[in-house]
Amino acid sequence: MANMSLVKHEMPVQDPEIRKKNFSEVALGYTREQAIDEAKRCLNCKQKPCMGGCPVQIDIPGFLMEIARGEMEQAYRVIARSNSLPAICGRVCPQETQCECKCVRGIKGEPVGIGRLERFAADYHNQHAGKTPEKQEPNGHKAAIVGSGPSGLACAGELAKKGYEVTVFEALHLVGGVLTYGIPEFRLPKAIVEQEIKGLQKLGVVIQTNMVIGKTVSVDELMDEYGFESVFIGSGAGLPKFMNIIGENLNGVYSANEFLTRINLMKAYEPDSTTPVMHAKRVSVIGGGNVAMDAARCAKRLGAEVTVIYRRSEHELPARKEEVEHAMEEGVEFLFLTNPVAIGGKDGWVNSIVCEDMMLSSPDESGRRKPIPVYDSKFERETDCVIMSIGTSPNPLIKATTKGLKTEKWGGIIADEETGLTSRRGVYAGGDAVTGAATVILAMGAGKKAAAAMEQYMRKGE
Amino acid sequence: MYQIRRKRKLNATVTRMEIDAPMIAKKAEPGQFIILRVDEKGERIPLTIADYDRERGTVTIIFQIAGATTEALNQLNEGDWVQDFAGPLGKPSDLEGKKKVAVVGGGVGCAIAYPISKKLHQQGCEVHAIIGFRTRSLAILEEEFHHASKKLVKMSDDGSWGEKGLVTNALESLITAGEQYDEVITIGPLIMMKFVCELTKKYGIPTVASMNPIMIDGTGMCGGCRLSVGGEMKFACVDGPDFDGHKINFNEAIARGTAYREFEQKAREEACNLFQGEVK
Ligand SMILES: Cc1cc2nc3c(=O)[nH]c(=O)nc-3n(C[C@H](O)[C@H](O)[C@H](O)COP(=O)(O)OP(=O)(O)OC[C@H]3O[C@@H](n4cnc5c(N)ncnc54)[C@H](O)[C@@H]3O)c2cc1C
Ligand SMILES: Cc1cc2nc3c(=O)[nH]c(=O)nc-3n(C[C@H](O)[C@H](O)[C@H](O)COP(=O)(O)OP(=O)(O)OC[C@H]3O[C@@H](n4cnc5c(N)ncnc54)[C@H](O)[C@@H]3O)c2cc1C
Ligand code: SF4
Ligand code: SF4
Ligand code: FES
Repeated sequence: MANMSLVKHEMPVQDPEIRKKNFSEVALGYTREQAIDEAKRCLNCKQKPCMGGCPVQIDIPGFLMEIARGEMEQAYRVIARSNSLPAICGRVCPQETQCECKCVRGIKGEPVGIGRLERFAADYHNQHAGKTPEKQEPNGHKAAIVGSGPSGLACAGELAKKGYEVTVFEALHLVGGVLTYGIPEFRLPKAIVEQEIKGLQKLGVVIQTNMVIGKTVSVDELMDEYGFESVFIGSGAGLPKFMNIIGENLNGVYSANEFLTRINLMKAYEPDSTTPVMHAKRVSVIGGGNVAMDAARCAKRLGAEVTVIYRRSEHELPARKEEVEHAMEEGVEFLFLTNPVAIGGKDGWVNSIVCEDMMLSSPDESGRRKPIPVYDSKFERETDCVIMSIGTSPNPLIKATTKGLKTEKWGGIIADEETGLTSRRGVYAGGDAVTGAATVILAMGAGKKAAAAMEQYMRKGE
Repeated sequence: MYQIRRKRKLNATVTRMEIDAPMIAKKAEPGQFIILRVDEKGERIPLTIADYDRERGTVTIIFQIAGATTEALNQLNEGDWVQDFAGPLGKPSDLEGKKKVAVVGGGVGCAIAYPISKKLHQQGCEVHAIIGFRTRSLAILEEEFHHASKKLVKMSDDGSWGEKGLVTNALESLITAGEQYDEVITIGPLIMMKFVCELTKKYGIPTVASMNPIMIDGTGMCGGCRLSVGGEMKFACVDGPDFDGHKINFNEAIARGTAYREFEQKAREEACNLFQGEVK
C-alpha cells in the first residue's frame, strides 16, 4: 500500500540554535521506520521518470521498493550498480533539480525524498560493514589519475574493480578534492569521505598526496617515464574569481576557497590547529551558490553575524534548496538584488562594503533575467570580513605543462562528452576541469565514462 | 613522509636541513619553493629551495625560526620525518642571458638569494652579491656567497660584520661608482625590497623582487597569496614568486603580511612553552 501523504517525511536535524555553534552534521538521517514509510510514497512508476533526472541513472524505484520492504542491503546494491559514492550524493546532490524534480509525486505535493533515502541506504550499508569488493588480480595495465575529487575517485574505482593498477596523484596533503577542502563537515562528515577512500585502497588503488602534476611530474612524464598507459585529469575548477573592485586586497577579504580551505582542510576552528582563520564580527558573503552558503554557515559557526549578498532574487539562488533553508534557520541574513561595488578599509583592514540595488530585466530568449543596477542606489554597510564566492575556473597549471592539451578560452579542458578523450592520445579528462564548476554527481559520471573509454584504450590501444 | 638527512644550525635562529625528496630534487630550479607540514595538525608553510642534489635526491631548506611552525620544524633532527613536502612550486627565476647582475639579499632572504646567485655565477654572469644582516651573530652563508659571486659586499645595521649600513647604501655606492647592472635581484624583508626597488627605479635598472606573502595551498587555489603588480591581481604561488619590482604595490603587500600577527604571536608563545617544557 502506497503512502499517499503529500509531504516528505521531515529530516531529523540538529536544532538550529545548537548547530550554529558546532561543526557536527546538521541533517541526522532517517530512522528505519521513517525510511520505510517515506519509500512507500513511491508509486513504482513504469516509466521511471525520476531516473531521467539522475545523471548516473540509478534505478530509483528499484531501490525504493527494497527499502519499503525493509531490504536495506539490497537497496544499497541496486544503488551501487550505478553510483559508487551514494553516501555522498545522497547528502549533496541538488535533488530538487535532478531526480526529485522529475518525480510524479511532486506534481501534487512534494516528491519522494529520493536523496534522503539514498543516503539512508548508504549509511545502513556502511554501518553494517557489508562486504567490500576484493582486490582484483592485476591485469598488467597502469593508469594514472590526476586529482582526487569525485571525478578522479570514480574513475579510479571503476578501473580498479577491473584489475587495472591505478595511482591517484593529489596536489594537497589530503584526498577528496572539494569534498575535503570545500564542503564543510556539518554537511558532509569527512569520515564518510575517508571511508570511501579506504574502500578504494582496499581495491588496490594507490594514493600519492603532495604530488602537484605539472610541477612534481608532468602528464608527459607520467606516460613516458613512469609507464602509465593512460591518464585521467580530474583537477577540478579551483581557481577563484574576484570581482575586480576597489579594496579587494584589504585584509579581511577572502576568496571562499581560502576561507573554506582554512576551515575544512586545515581545521582552523579546532583549538589545536596551527592554521589561523579570522574570527570576524560581521561577515559579508558575496554570491548565492552552494559555496556561498557553506562560507556563510562556517562564518556563523565561528561566531559572526553573517549576511549573504546576492545580485538576483531568492528565486534564482543557485544553491541547494535545503542549504538555503538551513542557512536561514541558523540566522544567516540575506540581501537579495544587491551587488557590491567597492570595499572600504582602514589601516589595511576591511571596515565597510559599498553596494547598490539591482533589478531583474525581463527574461531574454534563454529565459534568464539579467540583474541591472538601479540608478543612484548606492549604500554602505559596516563589515569586517568579505568572502568572495562568485565562482571558480579551472586552474591553468595542467594545460600550461601538458604538450598539446587543448582547452577552451575560459580554461576548461576540451574533452569528448561521451568518452572524456582530450586532444591527447591516451589522456582523458572530466569533472569541473572540463565543465567548469558543476556538481559532485556530474563529476563522478564523467569519471566513470572516462574509465570505460580508458579501459578500451588500454586493452586495444584504441 | 619525508626524512631529514642532515641538519645544521647556521646561527641561533636559522637552520639548514636536507630533506629526502628525490622527485622534487629532480625538478627543482632556483627561485622555486616547497610547501611543508611538520605534522598531522600542522600548518602548510612555504620555504624556498635553497639548494638541491639531483643525484642524492635531496632538497635543502634554510629557515628562520619565525613562529610556531618553524619552531616545531627546528625541533626535528636528522633521521626524523616531516609529514608533507610538496613541490617544486612557483616559477623558476628567469636567469638566462644576463651578463652582470647585483643580487641584494637581506636576513634569511639570503637563503633564497643564494641558489640564484650560484646559478648565475656558474653560468658565467658577473654577480655582485650584497648581503645584509642586523648584526654579526645573524650572518649566514658568507662562505657560500664567496663562491657564488665575483664581488661580495657584506653589510650590517650595527657595523659588527662587514660595513655598517643598509644594503641600499651599498647598492647605491656601487651604482654611482659606475657599475652597470643588467638587472638587480632582491630578496629579503618587504620593506628592504621596497627601498631597493625605489632606488633602482631612480637609476632605471630593471629589478626583480622575490615575494613571500602568506600562502596556504601554493597551487593557485585560494588566492591568499595575491598581490597587485602593475595594477593587476597576481597569485605569488603560481605567477611568481618573482615579479617586476617596479610594479609591485609594496605597501599593500606589507599590510597583507600582518593579517595574522596576533594569532601568530599566541601560537608562537604556546609553541615555545611546549618545547621548553619538553626539554626540561
Ligand atoms: C564549497 C563547495 C560546495 C559545493 N557543494 C556542492 C553540493 O552541495 N552539491 C554538489 O553536487 N556539488 C557541490 N559543489 C561542487 C562539487 O564539489 C564539484 O563540482 C566537484 O567536487 C567536482 O569534482 P572534480 O573531481 O571535478 O574536482 P574537485 O573536487 O575540485 O577535485 C580536484 C582535485 O584535483 C586536485 N588537483 C588540482 N590540480 C592538480 C594537479 N595539478 N595535480 C594534482 N592534483 C591536482 C585538487 O587539489 C583537488 O583535490 C560544491 C563545491 C564547493 C567548492
Ligand atoms: C615563497 C616563499 C618562500 C619563503 N622562503 C623562506 C625561506 O627560504 N626561509 C625562511 O625562513 N622563510 C621563508 N619564507 C617565509 C616562511 O614561510 C615563514 O617564515 C613561515 O611561514 C613562518 O611560519 P611560522 O608558523 O613559523 O611563523 P608565524 O608566527 O606563523 O609567522 C611569522 C611570519 O611569517 C609569515 N608567515 C606566516 N605564515 C605564513 C605562510 N603560511 N606563508 C608565508 N608566510 C607566512 C608572516 O609574515 C608572519 O608574520 C618564505 C615565504 C614564501 C611565501
Ligand atoms: S545520485 Fe543524486 S540525482 Fe541520482 S538519485 Fe541520487 S540524489 Fe538523485
Ligand atoms: S517518479 Fe517518484 S513515484 Fe515514480 S517511481 Fe520515481 S520516485 Fe517513485
Ligand atoms: S597560496 Fe593559495 S593561491 Fe597562492
